[in-house]
Amino acid sequence: MNISFEWLKAFVPHDLSAEAVRDLLTMHVATVEGFERIRAELDPFVVGRVVESEKIPDTRLSFNKVDDGSGTLLDVVCGAPNVTVGASYPFARTGTRMPGGLVIEKRKIRGFTSNGMLCSPRELMLGDDHDGIMTLDTDAAPGTPLLDVLKLGDVRLAVDVLPNRPDLLSHLGIAREVAALTGKPAGMPAELAAVKGVKRAVRGESSESAGGVSVTIEDAADCPRYCAAIIRGVKVGPSPDWLRRRIEAVGGRSISNVVDATNYLLHGFGQPVHAFDLAKLAGAKVIVRRARPGERIVTLDGVDRALSPEVLVIGDGNAASALAGIMGGQASEVTGATTDILLEVATFSPRVVRAGRRQLGMSTDASYRFERGIDDAAVARMAALAGGLVIAVAGGVIEALIDVGAKPTARKSVLLQPTKVGKLLGDRVGSAETVKILESVGFSVAKGDAGLRVTPPSWRHDVSRDVDLVEEVARLRGYDRLPDALAGSRPSSVPDHPLYAVGVRVRDALVAAGLCEVRPLPYIASPDSGSLGAVRVRNPIGEDEPYLRTQILTTLARRAEYNLSRMQRDVRLFEIGTSFVVAASGDVREEMRVGALVMGARRPSHFTEAEPPAFDAWDAKGLAELIARAAWRGARVDITEGSAGTLWSVAVDGAARGVVRSVELDAPVWAAPAFGVEVTLGRVATAAVAARGTHDYSRGEIPSVRVPRRYVALPTTPAAEFDLALVVPDGVPATEVERLMRRTAGETLESIALFDEYRGSGIPVGTRSLAWRLTFRHPERTLRDKEVEGRRAQVLKMLGQELGISVRAG
Amino acid sequence: MSGATLTIGDYQALVSAFEAEAMPAIAGADSVDALEAVRAKHLGRAHGWLRTLSARLGELDRGDRAAAGRAFNEVRVRVEDALAERQQTLAPAREGGALADPTMPARHSWAGVVHPVSQVLDEMIAIFRELGFTIALGPETESPWYNFGALNFPADHPAMDLHDTLYVSDDVLLRTHTSPVQVRTLQAYPPPIRVLIPGNVHRRDPFDASHAPAFTQVEGLVVDEGIGFADLKATLNHFARRFFGAAKTRFRPSYFPFTEPSAEMDVVCGVCNGSGCGVCKQTGWIEILGSGLVHPAVLESAGVDSERYTGWAFGMGPGRTALARHGIPDIRILYDSDVRFLGQFSR
Repeated sequence: MNISFEWLKAFVPHDLSAEAVRDLLTMHVATVEGFERIRAELDPFVVGRVVESEKIPDTRLSFNKVDDGSGTLLDVVCGAPNVTVGASYPFARTGTRMPGGLVIEKRKIRGFTSNGMLCSPRELMLGDDHDGIMTLDTDAAPGTPLLDVLKLGDVRLAVDVLPNRPDLLSHLGIAREVAALTGKPAGMPAELAAVKGVKRAVRGESSESAGGVSVTIEDAADCPRYCAAIIRGVKVGPSPDWLRRRIEAVGGRSISNVVDATNYLLHGFGQPVHAFDLAKLAGAKVIVRRARPGERIVTLDGVDRALSPEVLVIGDGNAASALAGIMGGQASEVTGATTDILLEVATFSPRVVRAGRRQLGMSTDASYRFERGIDDAAVARMAALAGGLVIAVAGGVIEALIDVGAKPTARKSVLLQPTKVGKLLGDRVGSAETVKILESVGFSVAKGDAGLRVTPPSWRHDVSRDVDLVEEVARLRGYDRLPDALAGSRPSSVPDHPLYAVGVRVRDALVAAGLCEVRPLPYIASPDSGSLGAVRVRNPIGEDEPYLRTQILTTLARRAEYNLSRMQRDVRLFEIGTSFVVAASGDVREEMRVGALVMGARRPSHFTEAEPPAFDAWDAKGLAELIARAAWRGARVDITEGSAGTLWSVAVDGAARGVVRSVELDAPVWAAPAFGVEVTLGRVATAAVAARGTHDYSRGEIPSVRVPRRYVALPTTPAAEFDLALVVPDGVPATEVERLMRRTAGETLESIALFDEYRGSGIPVGTRSLAWRLTFRHPERTLRDKEVEGRRAQVLKMLGQELGISVRAG
Repeated sequence: MSGATLTIGDYQALVSAFEAEAMPAIAGADSVDALEAVRAKHLGRAHGWLRTLSARLGELDRGDRAAAGRAFNEVRVRVEDALAERQQTLAPAREGGALADPTMPARHSWAGVVHPVSQVLDEMIAIFRELGFTIALGPETESPWYNFGALNFPADHPAMDLHDTLYVSDDVLLRTHTSPVQVRTLQAYPPPIRVLIPGNVHRRDPFDASHAPAFTQVEGLVVDEGIGFADLKATLNHFARRFFGAAKTRFRPSYFPFTEPSAEMDVVCGVCNGSGCGVCKQTGWIEILGSGLVHPAVLESAGVDSERYTGWAFGMGPGRTALARHGIPDIRILYDSDVRFLGQFSR
């Protein structure tokens, strides 16, 4: 909402600077986001009086002596025909920057020195007139700032009015607040003093006629109140300067005296007013009704719109002539030829206006105010004022004032315990002060045994509970004046969500492993392959990415491609985020997952290793283990052969948790292969916790207490070890060999480690060589060589018998 | 045929002689230079022993060559190993000890990175954890009731326009704020409640330099008996001092359907210290968070006695803070995941 500092001052005369008003509003009412001086470019201009003037022969020029209040008469050459001795003009001293950008300098013209410039309206960007310099109708002393004489200076304040305070969408509304905060009374602007001569209204319940016009409301729920001022004999033309200035001060464009008068009501009082050309209303009828199916209208913006019964219209005898509360129709627009008008000042249902304008995909100053709520008690008064203003600026007579509909009922009162104010604000605010504050912004307060019975003013739509009144007291006293004291706190009954701690542990482990965390958008182009139903957003931001991802790796693959496209070949990314699928029940199922993708060099290059090896599948398998162990401390982690399309499956304590796989990328030829891990950390419950308005304290997640790891005594006896280089037939997996070795090596076996794989010369085709180191230890004594040798023989025998494995020769 | 001029026995003797001469020479070399001389004499390409032995393999019977080659190789490996070992003893320079050129760069492993938004979030969480806050999480897909109705949004009201919403269906939307978790938490646990709620939220905003359709929020909720605005101010002021080092804050009126009274907190602009500059749009203040006392309707949505219990809540965007603190001009950079960008924030 743009507020003109000068216009505001007309409503509430005060002596604050514009900056002070800005700060006052921001701290007590609504944030002032913009602060713009209007005509600041005219600040340097002063009143200059021509004391002597003579024509320069054979030119259009005159040579003048100008008094600019400096005490020295200045020589000024001027080309205008209307220089008059004794008259005052806008004067630019040397060094002044003109609104067009030119800087006035001392210069010689035809041998005469000129020390400044007398200005035309166009040179000051105050109009198109360039026929002569601008004569000032003033007796102000030479040297007086021009803006003091022209009264054109102003400050435009952009106030961020939030949806709960539509009453602030006008100068009157802001003035009420300034009045309450400064103690200065708000009243009618002086410029409206001449507005008068309004007739008594003719009232009807749902329909009424007067002045040859009939007004009918079909459904009071859509339009509780409709006032129409019938004015005949207006002369549509330019607005008077004061009115044009007001409209321009809030960033509007002056259109005509009649239209500007309606906009004065809108911006000044928050009341949308529409003017119809009465001659264009068929049958001189106004019918407030829903649009008929298939009905159309061309609105003032020239758009031909198809209407539906969701839209409320103002119909005449034939057709829709306006979108009620939204925009007028072109057919009944006020033009230069208009002589008779109907001024509409009404209350339309916020819901209906909102539904209609959303249906039509439009928003206007009028609809903005109607859908938030206007001061419905002021409608008849505003109609009278609108009529009076129009005839004051455009002539004509008000033939009738029609007022159809019910007067609004009084607002519901709210009971406030004065102690509640202090309780919530932590401050001793006396009952008397509370009453004073509330009354200052229009509330009426009655004291009773039960507490204060407070009735909001008709322009307030945001007050229905006692806390709303507490806010009034808090903000008008000032939040900064409220005390600041920590309450003693009791421990939260809510434990950390189990997944939070898990996520942090996994993140720290992956960062320590050299991966980079990312937080990309979760939207994707098409459903991930091989997953359950992907969730589609009904109204996506872009049709190119309408789905929510079902896998983190899908997002990471796109981010890896982004890096490749920027010639980054070493990519190590991970994300801990949400995956979404449509479950069999039709509900969305959310999981917190971790995805990790690695490609390119396993280490940074160094002079000892110019080209480090690239990440391979084994690195990815290791990341899967790292993730699983970080997430589930002490649990059994099994990484087993994966199903189709994956390298491995990850299971934790026997439950499937994730996969390791190659990641297909749209990659350039120089890119290394990409490997990915995706592990589900847990479900995020999407179901309701409890029914509306109730709680269910049995539903809270209680994290389980972790079983601590037991200490194992460090060995005091020496280990014995031997290596086995075996020839293993293809098709026998290493884990199977290990399993057999563990089974047959006896209880003194401490560990088995695979340390080599070899294929090639010396190894028969269809086999490979695998080498293990077996470590043995007896808890109490040193193992004898014969014992170890016996174990070795036993292991080899069993390997040979059961798996066809032999010792590698040589 | 027997064109051989050398028998296998002779060859083996030669090899043994070579080893017998080379080994003491290697062991006796007392400097790197001396060792280099030994290497040249015995293993040198031009006229070392090795070359000789290798050349003379051809003089053997074909049938003997394999065995001779094996013998030759075994000795060669032993001599080379001895040389390398002696080299290590004489000049251990490459692995620890005095370095030939200590200005050479260190060997690194990759540095991992916590995303700058997570870093901000971590710092925020750390401060509130000191004050007894625990972490609550909730789903990103929500019902309209949890996202709006339970939070006192008037049905079909312009307040909804502040939350342009992505819908999955009539009954499911992508949460526009983390506040639904307030209601979920209040339904699942009795007061006293002190929770911090980090999470991703979605708005139907175009992806441009200053907007992202999905972003991270963190909000806090305190509900207990006797909680009021003074506690809100004191806690958030403490946070502002700790997190921003802010000497001054201010609270000004605002509107959120789920708080009443509602307040916006600003901290004094760290760039101009309050005198007004481009960063703070000439106001001297930077908007940090929205807050307010929990609206009784929200407590009632969760079946909490709103006369007995009161509370306060706040919410803020770690993403915006990350942009401001690091001078990142375009929010999309946070999402691009360029490894060069991320690398700037390694710890």
